Amino acid sequence: MPKLQELQDLTVQVRRDILRMVHKVNSGHPGGSLGCTEYMVALYNDIMELKDGFDMDGEGEDLFFLSNGHISPVFYSVLARKGYFPVDELNTFRLINSRLQGHPTTHEGLPGVRIASGSLGQGMSVALGAAQAKKLNKDPKLVYTLHGDGELQEGQNWEAIMYAAGKKVDNLISTIDYNGQQIDGATEDVLPMGDLRKKFEAFGWDVVDIEEGNNLEAVIKGMKEAKSRTGKGKPVCVLLHTVMGHGVDFMMYTHAWHGKAPNDEQLENALSQNPVTLGDY
Amino acid sequence: MKKYIDQGKNDTRSGFGAGLAELGRSNPNVVALCADLVGSLKMEKFIEENPERFFQIGIAEANMMGIAAGLTIGGKIPFTGTFANFSTGRVYDQIRQSIAYSGKNVKICASHAGVTLGEDGATHQILEDLGMMKMLPGMTVINPCDYNQTKAATIAIAEHEGPVYLRFGRPKVANFTPVDQKFEIGKALMLSEGTDVTIVATGHLVWEALVAAENLEKQGISAEVINIHTIKPFDGEAVLKSVKKTGCVVSAEEHNYLGGLGESVAGYLATTHPTPQEFVGTKDTFGESGTPEELMAKYGLDTKAIEKAVLKVLKRK
Repeated sequence: MPKLQELQDLTVQVRRDILRMVHKVNSGHPGGSLGCTEYMVALYNDIMELKDGFDMDGEGEDLFFLSNGHISPVFYSVLARKGYFPVDELNTFRLINSRLQGHPTTHEGLPGVRIASGSLGQGMSVALGAAQAKKLNKDPKLVYTLHGDGELQEGQNWEAIMYAAGKKVDNLISTIDYNGQQIDGATEDVLPMGDLRKKFEAFGWDVVDIEEGNNLEAVIKGMKEAKSRTGKGKPVCVLLHTVMGHGVDFMMYTHAWHGKAPNDEQLENALSQNPVTLGDY
Repeated sequence: MKKYIDQGKNDTRSGFGAGLAELGRSNPNVVALCADLVGSLKMEKFIEENPERFFQIGIAEANMMGIAAGLTIGGKIPFTGTFANFSTGRVYDQIRQSIAYSGKNVKICASHAGVTLGEDGATHQILEDLGMMKMLPGMTVINPCDYNQTKAATIAIAEHEGPVYLRFGRPKVANFTPVDQKFEIGKALMLSEGTDVTIVATGHLVWEALVAAENLEKQGISAEVINIHTIKPFDGEAVLKSVKKTGCVVSAEEHNYLGGLGESVAGYLATTHPTPQEFVGTKDTFGESGTPEELMAKYGLDTKAIEKAVLKVLKRK
């Protein structure tokens, strides 16, 4: 296990990557990316069991599917810094001829990406297929997914949630980024989703809450708890309570930075709150 | 010139079921998924022989398409089964993102296509599916003509790497292609040579075209009949070669004339060898309840409609 300080340093550096990527092209989604930074860093550097290199089938290793594809900046940064592709390729984010499309795709052959996402609500279904293939292949490794809370408004999720429990897909851990925000405002205002824990439980899932989703230690502890609950006949849901825009004071507690890039001055301010640790790309 | 024999009637969906069962025995990576229509898709044999390789998804087609995409990530070759309407329109976005754009090796197997589904009516009779699927980059689109060819196509697509849309239907139609045929994706089949007009047909309208050609022969008209079982990739060269000889073409399909085989023919010929063409297909309309035969007649999809189109196009040569 890496030292906590190393992961903390990586977390700060990933935040810088996110901010610089979206600033450079004046587009992209910093809010959700910043909010999921601790989770993504912990997942790829402590929680998941990964092979060296990348192949599409991922047999013998844990798999991750990003369902809310718009938070590609955090995904790309974490993948690059894990060594899936050169870190300086982050410079090409959203530019023409890049492998780093606005929303992730397999189309351009970027190592680390196994499914296109962006049109919301499809990731859990894909993960279910991958998880069931693992069972057929007698591969004991796990499948992880990440979803936005607003994304659960897409009905396909509930088809998948019903199926996962009904078919006892217990090698799956689906995390909901529970930040209460979506493009048009607070989820409570756009379309309230009620008690998500009760909903998942009613559908037959085991649910773990991570109350401090932007506290690295708490995320690691919570994800280890979630992992310990796999293989017991139920899919596992993690309700990851985060703050959209976490780590940049003026981006927090609002949906305003869901899909907006900082200007030069705002970038300087944001970066000053996250000083260089491992080095910029 | 006849290269076909009438082997009696059979349903193309049963050809799919037989092909899938054979794949179950020959290819351990083949898995099947269904959205509560096992009997309609004739998947029972595969399930009986390979219960662990069958996934009953329930009435949730979007989830089925995603699960199929995910199964490919574990090296499986998923065959999804539901009606053509729910295999395309209902899940277009799931197919577009999770299957086609992601380049996943999913075989979308679609039954009960077209008005010949019959009494269930327009909600279940899709006539736009070929168009939707052919517009997706990377998607192979296959519409076989009879039981034997559907079985052969089902087996062949397992060997093809990439997403495939395979369309078939419910009613029993003439079974006339060889039992032991080789199915080559993208390669049109010349069924009956002629000199006056080219009839390119797909699905069970290939049989209607052959019967029409016989009737036309009695009137002194020599029709060439080509079976376009693969809508995409489209074998334009085969059509081009034929129309260079005959000088005119009729396309025939159980599909909206917009977006289907006829448009592929017209598009290809417009850029290579502009040729007078008539379209046999539904005229931008929904279907309705009725028997398959009644609907074929009412919507202009039968032998008579093909003959009429031939007489019309001959005047435009």
